Amino acid sequence: MKTLIKDGYIYDPANRREGVHDIFIVGNKIIKVAKKIKEKADRTIEASRMVVLPGLIDMHAHLREPGREDAETIETGLDSASRGGFTSVCAMPNTTPCCDNQGVVELMLEKARNARLAHLFPIGAITKNREGKELSEVGELRHAGCVAVSDDGHSVKDSSLLRRAMEYSLMFDIPIISHCEDVGLSQEGVMHEGYVSTVLGMKGIPSASESIIVARDLQLAEFTGARIHIAHVSSRESLDLIKHAKAKGVRVTCETCPHYLIFTDEDVRTFDTNFKMNPPLRTSEDREALRQAVHDGTIDVIATDHAPHIESEKDVEFDYAPFGIIGFETAVASLNTLLIRDKITDWNGIVELMSLHPAKILGLDKGTLGEGKEADITIIDPNERWVCTKDEIRSKSKNSPFIGFEFKGNVKYAMVSGHVTFGDVSLHRRSS
Amino acid sequence: MAKNNTIWNKKDLLGLEELSREEIEVILSTAGSFKEVSTRKVKKVPTLRGKTVVSIFCEPSTRTRLSFELAAKRLSADTVGITSSTSSAVKGETLKDTAKNIEAMNVDVVILRHTTPGAPHLLAKTLEPSVINAGDGAHEHPTQGLLDIFTMKEKKGKVKGLKVSIIGDIAHSRVARSNIWGLKKLGADVTICGPSTLMPVEIEKMGVSVTNSLDEAIEDADVLNVLRIQLERQKKGLFPSIREYINLFGINRQRLKHAKKDILIMHPGPINRGIELTHDVADGPYSVILEQVTNGIAVRMAILFLVTGGKI
Repeated sequence: MKTLIKDGYIYDPANRREGVHDIFIVGNKIIKVAKKIKEKADRTIEASRMVVLPGLIDMHAHLREPGREDAETIETGLDSASRGGFTSVCAMPNTTPCCDNQGVVELMLEKARNARLAHLFPIGAITKNREGKELSEVGELRHAGCVAVSDDGHSVKDSSLLRRAMEYSLMFDIPIISHCEDVGLSQEGVMHEGYVSTVLGMKGIPSASESIIVARDLQLAEFTGARIHIAHVSSRESLDLIKHAKAKGVRVTCETCPHYLIFTDEDVRTFDTNFKMNPPLRTSEDREALRQAVHDGTIDVIATDHAPHIESEKDVEFDYAPFGIIGFETAVASLNTLLIRDKITDWNGIVELMSLHPAKILGLDKGTLGEGKEADITIIDPNERWVCTKDEIRSKSKNSPFIGFEFKGNVKYAMVSGHVTFGDVSLHRRSS
Repeated sequence: MAKNNTIWNKKDLLGLEELSREEIEVILSTAGSFKEVSTRKVKKVPTLRGKTVVSIFCEPSTRTRLSFELAAKRLSADTVGITSSTSSAVKGETLKDTAKNIEAMNVDVVILRHTTPGAPHLLAKTLEPSVINAGDGAHEHPTQGLLDIFTMKEKKGKVKGLKVSIIGDIAHSRVARSNIWGLKKLGADVTICGPSTLMPVEIEKMGVSVTNSLDEAIEDADVLNVLRIQLERQKKGLFPSIREYINLFGINRQRLKHAKKDILIMHPGPINRGIELTHDVADGPYSVILEQVTNGIAVRMAILFLVTGGKI
């Protein structure tokens, strides 16, 4: 199959290429990127007035399979990701059974292959069953296809065990993704501890519960020389620590999520449980600091932390609802709507945050539109206006705070290894 | 009582934060009119005849539950109550489903006491009947706040300019929050006082003065509203011992020596006698604790009347 993407505005910071170009794809590879390509194709995607990006990579998602297929499966999750323009997804290991062994990794990869949607890259558990007691067989996980290890949802409480995990991971050049939370401080908290939690009488999760563990993990990374990636940064205190560590040369990268850049703890006043996630939405000062950190590059990655929960679990009293929201289908649209509008970033920035940097951190040969590379491509109409409705959400779960939100910018196509996983190509078929 | 009430048009009473000064004043004046009913030989008016009031109490309560029930009965409403031990919550039914089922039985008012903040708001969003918050976690207890303010106004003649000190476990107290909102809207000066571990963060932004000194809180105060200390907080390490709590924050005659001569002592009950208040203070001349209870019925009658669309 030969595909021509015509007249799209390309952003490819890895190759320092920007502007209107055509892309010629044969099979699963990008063969040529140039102006006015004349080659004959089996199909053409008209991309004029659209932006064409290296396929987006979500390095933090929960696909719930195996274990909670009622909330999401690998297939529905990857379909939802494709609709959001993601061509690669990393699945966190908090499945049942836990992704701490080759068997689960293989099962997940098999399901993903059958789905023929986005690429799936499992993340293995640092410790067996994420219990923080014994190291998982990181070598085997790496060999089976895991691109990182994480006990996401928990910090590795025992600092000595985390030190060993860091030292051990160095043998495989695999990053450790840190969920930073001192559960002694967050306790039964359900939202950020601040003025709003005081007014609402809700139990608070102080910012220090995150930043204390960020500080510890940075110290251990400096000490061991390991590569760590701090997941879902939500507070200014954490950012200050990370910035300082980066300046000292600690091998640290970090991510935040669209919701921390858009919402604040004020939104919890609605008692809508789609504003309940962990770490919690913090104050407008934190949100401002995060936006600034996206702007100045302290934040390397924007990931979704896509966390599906079924409606009957989520539509309950705020205290009883589980943490987490879905995020694939609204991520890039929300960033276009707000961050590009406010000049916090631009399309080159989005490519770095959502494709190039994740690829570098995870050691994937992706994140570019270079000739000879795998044809993972995302095409977006940056001006199309649309409203997120519950009925149109493709994820099996509908726990999104963006329902009813009007976006500017909509994903039109997602292509994975030359195969269109989202978007209507038949309309553009041409006889060759 | 013939004048049309144009100020109150809310279906629900969820908290005092969202009420205006005018709305609070309407409740207080309506309560004033209803207070007399409870002193009659025949303690009943036909105002809510044919209306059904259901109370759902998912947390233990005697006073509030009884007070609501008597208020509804004295307005001639039909009342029925369930508590979480007798409800389907134990069978795993969600609160929303329980409430939807109650709605399907065509009731007019649902009164909810719940352990989690926002539970009545969740119901109000989905239910046709009026929802009255009878206490949601540490968030609000609007009828308690209103009956406290009603009592202060009755005793002092006004609320504006009153110096009210709230003493005790502020962090876990819905009574404190409802008092603060209501009192601030009516122009009172509010001081809160308690151990710093029971003081929620950034509470000063609610417009209150904060102190850890009981003497400071008592000095110049017109009213002390003393909160119940939950004994299990000590077990959770929020203060070292009951003994030390009594030493620092317990109110006794000695500590009231420098208080204003006409100070009012209030308490939402139930009192831990000998802990937050000594016997002689609880039963002493400054105490209006039982009058609060009496006023609670009038205030709740007013609320039931207003949320069901009653016209003054």
